[in-house]
Amino acid sequence: MKRLLPLMAGMALVLSACGREDLSALNPQGPVARQQLELMKISIGIMSLVVLVVFTICIYVLIRYRRRKGDNSIPKQVEGNHKLEIIWTVIPIILLIILGVPTISTVFGLSKDYSNDPNALKVKVTAHQYWWEFEYPDLGITTAQELVVPTGKKIQFELTTADVKHSFWIPSIGGKMDNNDGLTNKMYLEFDKEGVYRGKCAELCGPSHSLMDFKAKAVDQASFDRWVAAIKAPVEMPKDEAVKAAFQNKCLTCHAIGETSTGSSAPNLTGIGSRLTVGGILYNDEAPVVDNLIKWITDPQKVKPGNMMPKAQDLELTDAELKGIAEYLANNKLEY
Amino acid sequence: MAAHAHTVKRYRGLMDWLTTVDHKKIGILYLIAGGLFFLIGGLEAILIRIQLIKPMNNFVSADTFNELITMHGTTMIFLAAMPLLFALMNAVIPLQIGARDVAFPFLNALGFWTFFFGGLLLNISWFTGHVPDAGWTSYVPLASPTYSEGAGVDYYVLGLQIAGIGTLLGGINFMATIINMRAPGMSFMRMPMFTWTIFITSALIVFAFPVLTVGLVALMFDRLFFANFFETAAGGSGVLWEHIFWVFGHPEVYILILPAFGIISEVVSTFSRKRLFGYSSMVFATVLIAFLGFMVWAHHMFTTGLGPVANALFSIATMLIAVPTGIKIFNWLFTLWGGSIRFTAASLFGIGFIPTFVMGGVTGVMLASAPADYQYHDTYFVVAHFHYVIVGGLMFGIFAGMFYWWPKMFGRLLNETLGKITFFTFFIGFHLTFFVQHFLGLLGMPRRVWTYLDGQGLNGMNLISTIGAILMGIATIVMLINIAVTSLKRPNAANDPWEDGRTLEWSIPSPPPEYNFKQIPLVRGYDAWWKEKMEGKKAMTPAEPPGPIHMPSPSILPFFMSVGLFISGFGFIYDKLFLAIGGLAVTLICMLLRSVFDDHGFHIEEHEQEKGVTA
Repeated sequence: MKRLLPLMAGMALVLSACGREDLSALNPQGPVARQQLELMKISIGIMSLVVLVVFTICIYVLIRYRRRKGDNSIPKQVEGNHKLEIIWTVIPIILLIILGVPTISTVFGLSKDYSNDPNALKVKVTAHQYWWEFEYPDLGITTAQELVVPTGKKIQFELTTADVKHSFWIPSIGGKMDNNDGLTNKMYLEFDKEGVYRGKCAELCGPSHSLMDFKAKAVDQASFDRWVAAIKAPVEMPKDEAVKAAFQNKCLTCHAIGETSTGSSAPNLTGIGSRLTVGGILYNDEAPVVDNLIKWITDPQKVKPGNMMPKAQDLELTDAELKGIAEYLANNKLEY
Repeated sequence: MAAHAHTVKRYRGLMDWLTTVDHKKIGILYLIAGGLFFLIGGLEAILIRIQLIKPMNNFVSADTFNELITMHGTTMIFLAAMPLLFALMNAVIPLQIGARDVAFPFLNALGFWTFFFGGLLLNISWFTGHVPDAGWTSYVPLASPTYSEGAGVDYYVLGLQIAGIGTLLGGINFMATIINMRAPGMSFMRMPMFTWTIFITSALIVFAFPVLTVGLVALMFDRLFFANFFETAAGGSGVLWEHIFWVFGHPEVYILILPAFGIISEVVSTFSRKRLFGYSSMVFATVLIAFLGFMVWAHHMFTTGLGPVANALFSIATMLIAVPTGIKIFNWLFTLWGGSIRFTAASLFGIGFIPTFVMGGVTGVMLASAPADYQYHDTYFVVAHFHYVIVGGLMFGIFAGMFYWWPKMFGRLLNETLGKITFFTFFIGFHLTFFVQHFLGLLGMPRRVWTYLDGQGLNGMNLISTIGAILMGIATIVMLINIAVTSLKRPNAANDPWEDGRTLEWSIPSPPPEYNFKQIPLVRGYDAWWKEKMEGKKAMTPAEPPGPIHMPSPSILPFFMSVGLFISGFGFIYDKLFLAIGGLAVTLICMLLRSVFDDHGFHIEEHEQEKGVTA
């Protein structure tokens, strides 16, 4: 223990302000995560104190009272000490009150429901194995994998699932809430800085649980309004007739793009070309969108094992059709 | 008395072990079986850590990974930790309270065999290719027939159901034993601390395990007979399973840790040559922890969406547990204070437990704060927390107990040098593995992830964690070598090999004879044996004259009853009605045989006792 103490203290220091700005709960980028970090700081403070006291006493007694060679004396057999016992009952209770009061006020504070607040934006999040559907009921739009929100507004989420239990988590913006089967959970978050934040599924939901990432993109109100207008605009089908036929017959049976089809058993594709990732985990700044799309469509199981999308081969897509569809989707961009 | 047989068929070799109802031998069986499952669970852990050694690793597939985490958790909790505790309970409790056996020796054997065959059934899943993969919590809908097709989760349901029977029987048995079979003079407030914790643990088992049984029956009906307990679409509720699981699951945590508290109390007191500080407050704290343990299950469900009132109440209730736990920690420290501390492998594990468990305890309080838990929940922070309490707490306790009571169980002292190597390797490996995981969680790594993307700042700490896990593996191998080396030596342990023994088990030979106490001792105070030693006595004062000793007869029925359940489990899993009914029939016939043929046991006469019948 002695050897570990400085190591731990050092590590705590190094790591306390560390972690990616878009991912770490220790590096909060929104008021909800900041409140939660405040609570963590109070509890870490109190707990460090406790740990310090215990470690000090522990190390002291081990050195002071170790048995010397040839020592056969019998130490005094102490039954207990009422004063001491009262002290170490009362002090923890006081420490817990110090932690308990802000805990309760934050529990109630964070449970506020902004559903009826005209200034708040409502988003319905439906989790699927292994992707996220974001519906804006008041705006009449649906998107997937990339949540776009305006800054400075309360975002009121309604969380549910289409299959198994998932959990919606954007660590640097706020804590998680479960997407339960047959129930709707409510939670609000607020983004006060523009940026892209990484979101994750936090509840074991099958083989690709670890790959069920999404992005939350916070933009200013004007940009958000442009995005809403862009996503509502009609979408052109592929120019090439063969590609168009393949796309309509093989993709749009499950997916939706623009106003065509109401397919919600697979992610909505509108504006997929301007998203930051394909499938939540193939980053478009690491490889061109087209390549990522081809990689995904060719064998989705290789990227996310256990997902519902069939291979290109099983869909009988020719190479030309596959390439055509990928290029068409890559060029399906939203300006905002 | 004339009706009782005075001779009994004595078995040798394997048959002796299959038929034994002797608590000491059953303790050894639990140790071997629990140890075996511990190695399997440990191997699974190593494979998990190898997969996570670097980002986007492909050492095992995503499916296999989920099977590994599910089986690791289930095996370690139900098939390693619990049986290893039962091993120590069986080996020690009757000796500590001055009894000749447990209250129901036949039930004791039955408990072991049902646990063993339940565990076997669960682990056979690896060979059939249908392995449970919905996590050790098996949350529905993931564990429902819709999303977990195939027999995987069926193995979980039936294996745990059968193993759970064994645990429940054990709980009932030890409760009855401790209430009824204490030697004259041993009042409740003179019981050794380990006995107290086992008493409370048994009560927890009796109240908590039936909840698991009910939950598993409901899940089994959902999976095998298309019932709708947890099918939301048909009016069931998935959240109901979460409640059932944690109403059992949280007390289960205390079922695991309270015995470790007991072991630590014994070890710390013995090796500091001092009476346990604040004995009565220790007892009170144990009872209080057990009571509060039933009031806090929903802190596992803060993010389920129970609402602010429930979250606030369960936050506060959970924080309250820190108070009695703190009392215990300081009582141990003040037992050491002013003592004469001897460093052995047992006491190192006992002392190493204190700071390690405190670290697990403080993260527990941090988790209790619901809004902060929205960040911690289901991340590596939680993984770090519960490994600190279960490995750093419970496993350190079990190691301490094994080194401490090994001479009493086997008549040989484990090698101290190898023991100390085990301690230091395990201790360093443990902190290396799990300390960094707190930060992994806070930096955004959810738990139960098969892999993680590169460039998220998680690589370095995952590597450290894997290195630590390998060190723990090495420590376990050293422990196995120690056991092998020791078992080759001649029995060398004195009655009181640590010389500072305080409780009754150290007043009799190591290992004790079949009947434990030739004459039941008279207990004249707390730390009964220490009291006699301090007054210069070489043996306990007997509470009865010498005479024939009544013993229970060995029986093969518990073994066959469990085999019947095992076969029946297979029948249910693979939808073979004749196997399911046939297996149950075997069990029921054994029960009938047990009921119609009276067996009053036998007596060991005085002249036989002189020959020294050994266990």
